[in-house]
Amino acid sequence: MTKFVKSNEAVVIGALYAGCDLYFGYPITPASEIAHGAAKWFPMLGRTFVQAECETASVNMMFGAAGAGKLCMTATSGPGFSLMQEGISYLAGAELPAVIVDINRAGPGLGNVYPEQSDYTPAVKGGGHGNYQTFTLAPASAQEMCDFTIKAFQMAAKWRTPAIVFADGLQGQMMETVKLPEAELPRPDFSEWAAQGEAKTRQNLVKSIFLDAAAQEVFNDHLQRKYDDMAVDAMADTYLADDADLLIVAFGIASRVARTTVETLRRKGMKAGVFRPITLNPFPREQLAAAAKGRKIMTIELDAGQFADDVRLNLAKAGLGAESANVMMIHRMGGQVVTVDDAVKAAKMILGK
Amino acid sequence: MKMIEQKGMYQKFPRSGKDTRVTHYCAGCGHGIVNKLIAECCAEMGLQDRTVFVDPVGCGVFTYYYWDAAHISAAHGRASAAATGVCRARPDAVTIAYQGDGDLGAIGFNNAFQAASRGEKFGCIFINNSLYGMTGGQMAPTTLEGEKTTTTPFGRDPALTGHPLHVCEVFNQLQAPVYIARVSVADTKRIMQCKQAIRRMFEIQQAHKGYALLEILAPCPTNFRLDPLKAAEFCKNEMEAEFPLGVFRDATESTGHEPRTTNHEPRTTTLAVNPVPQVASCAELFAEKEAVPPAENDPSVHERRFKFAGYGGQGILSLGLTVAEAARFERRHTLWFPSYGPEQRGGSASCSVVVSGTPIGSPTVEHPDVLVCMNQPSYERFVDDVKRGGTVIVDATVPITRQPPEGVKLVQWPALKMAEDFGVPKAANTMMLAALKKLGCTGLSGENLEKALVASFAKKPALGVKNLELLREAESRL
Repeated sequence: MTKFVKSNEAVVIGALYAGCDLYFGYPITPASEIAHGAAKWFPMLGRTFVQAECETASVNMMFGAAGAGKLCMTATSGPGFSLMQEGISYLAGAELPAVIVDINRAGPGLGNVYPEQSDYTPAVKGGGHGNYQTFTLAPASAQEMCDFTIKAFQMAAKWRTPAIVFADGLQGQMMETVKLPEAELPRPDFSEWAAQGEAKTRQNLVKSIFLDAAAQEVFNDHLQRKYDDMAVDAMADTYLADDADLLIVAFGIASRVARTTVETLRRKGMKAGVFRPITLNPFPREQLAAAAKGRKIMTIELDAGQFADDVRLNLAKAGLGAESANVMMIHRMGGQVVTVDDAVKAAKMILGK
Repeated sequence: MKMIEQKGMYQKFPRSGKDTRVTHYCAGCGHGIVNKLIAECCAEMGLQDRTVFVDPVGCGVFTYYYWDAAHISAAHGRASAAATGVCRARPDAVTIAYQGDGDLGAIGFNNAFQAASRGEKFGCIFINNSLYGMTGGQMAPTTLEGEKTTTTPFGRDPALTGHPLHVCEVFNQLQAPVYIARVSVADTKRIMQCKQAIRRMFEIQQAHKGYALLEILAPCPTNFRLDPLKAAEFCKNEMEAEFPLGVFRDATESTGHEPRTTNHEPRTTTLAVNPVPQVASCAELFAEKEAVPPAENDPSVHERRFKFAGYGGQGILSLGLTVAEAARFERRHTLWFPSYGPEQRGGSASCSVVVSGTPIGSPTVEHPDVLVCMNQPSYERFVDDVKRGGTVIVDATVPITRQPPEGVKLVQWPALKMAEDFGVPKAANTMMLAALKKLGCTGLSGENLEKALVASFAKKPALGVKNLELLREAESRL
């Protein structure tokens, strides 16, 4: 079964198939269609939609619902995402599974409603207080908005962590064909730790407070080990990368610009390929290192270089110091998307053609 | 020494990390008394298994040490938001939020107020001790005029900091709450009344009747800088003078969700809440009338990029969608993307469509193969971008102030006028579709374009038939 839908709607479809029982959200362009879809479809399936009074409320409603052992989600964009950061830190601190969708718009401040990837650092590195991370996925199509939302719920439940679906305004508004999932996923059982209002969960306590410094450190160590272990679920994709002289590294919508850029360059006889992280955290470091070794590297991104810095960091940590030092970038900001023409020009310059 | 059993509380407090039975509350603190009453009511009513307590940040933060029940420790100010999540996630549970002056009265006031306004099914216990206890006796919204705190060292001056916030009175303006009361724990009589009120709150939650707010005036000897007896006297004499005790509302015969009643004349309205149609599964919810097979990979089909632009209301977005739908019928990879946000408010509308035999890379249409313009601003904005060998179809009313780039074909087509002549001005976009079909510049079969046009009127089939007729008529005139 296929459906031609806006990517934002594909998120809701994915969430419903994943077994998400509650949606909490506050409207914001360009993410509002997610709330619209949820408001209609969640109740039709006997599930819960709550329009919160603000994003602070949304994320804390999720804290309650996740703490009570149910799968829940919200969706927002830049300013709302900023407001949620404290709550996401609490979710991470209490090890609660929940999914947050960020349809990145241009910032800082009010900015505008057009696409950027400038929420990279808070979406990938943990934007709130304390040593925490999130499981962060970067879809690039309506199909992936559906599939990666499902994946986000699975990873959130598996790792007991908030998971983020990180997309942008352009993607959110795009319509493409989505193949619907084969079956709805069964609900996970969280009764071991959740406060469900049942006899078997009476002794459960959901909290992020450790008044004792030693206990807080033990908990932090536990979290960091968990984040290290998450690396087994790192995912990446490559396109024509095997023989490439130039590796274009990009995620989300920029990876599609990269794909067309590579096709254009190949038609002109230049060997370029794409490396695309699917999970931004855990970052597919080993896969990147394997694809990047000895190659020229250029990122395409819709931010000021937060992603390029992360690519450099990951290459350096993988022992590819020379490659790391020579990462080039082409980027746009303010809601502008890098054009294929510009990316081709930049690539030619790097290749010396 | 024989341990005296305390109903609803742990015999020792292992969640505190200590093997003792000492609470963290100061001597004479109202929290300690309220904690005991809540634990007793919960246990006496047999609700410990069913109850989920949502704990605040403030002096009440450690209630989970004491009450033998499930707890969720929320962020500062967010207990009511978290309790909303709990009671929505677990409608069979008894959900109780416990909050203080800062948590509910200041940082979390809107969350508490909006939860009350929605009539969330939880009970909210609000401890009012007229200041911030945990952080060191600072002013709270509930601090009395003239009361000295660490941030009002000369006494609270209403000229600078306003007047004490009356939470019950404010919440009592709302329709949804079923129970609102203010009690005190300043002496034995009041403690007994307080227990009755807490019991009432549990009863309401047990029956899932609706939102309940119970404000409890509580002494804070440490920050009042008074001994426990004098602190209780302050609570009775000074605080009660500002915050009168009483039941503001006990409407538990209602659920709080009846249609709104006011003192005004009943308003005539056509607005109504409709029942939500229920479906059994996602598959049923998302079932399509006609299954469109997924796209096929066919590298021999060259990618085409389209841009449609005009005024809002000219059917620009649906024209693009119709072309996209026809491409789907033809099993092409298809992408549609609208202008959005403030762009669509100013009266102009545009959308892009990409059709390809292989997976689509960049979604943006920088150089369209086909540009369709219904008005002058859009012609002038996009005409220079059209690809060499491409086509511009522009409504005949648009003055051609400059020619398209070399190698681009310009077609002036009287879409608006024809639609007008046919007596269906709204069909101007269908007239444009006729041009696209006739000129063959979509690379899609006429059959699929017609099918997509009819499908776009799925909700008004008669209009689909009419538009198909107009399409064919217009085509014959080209």
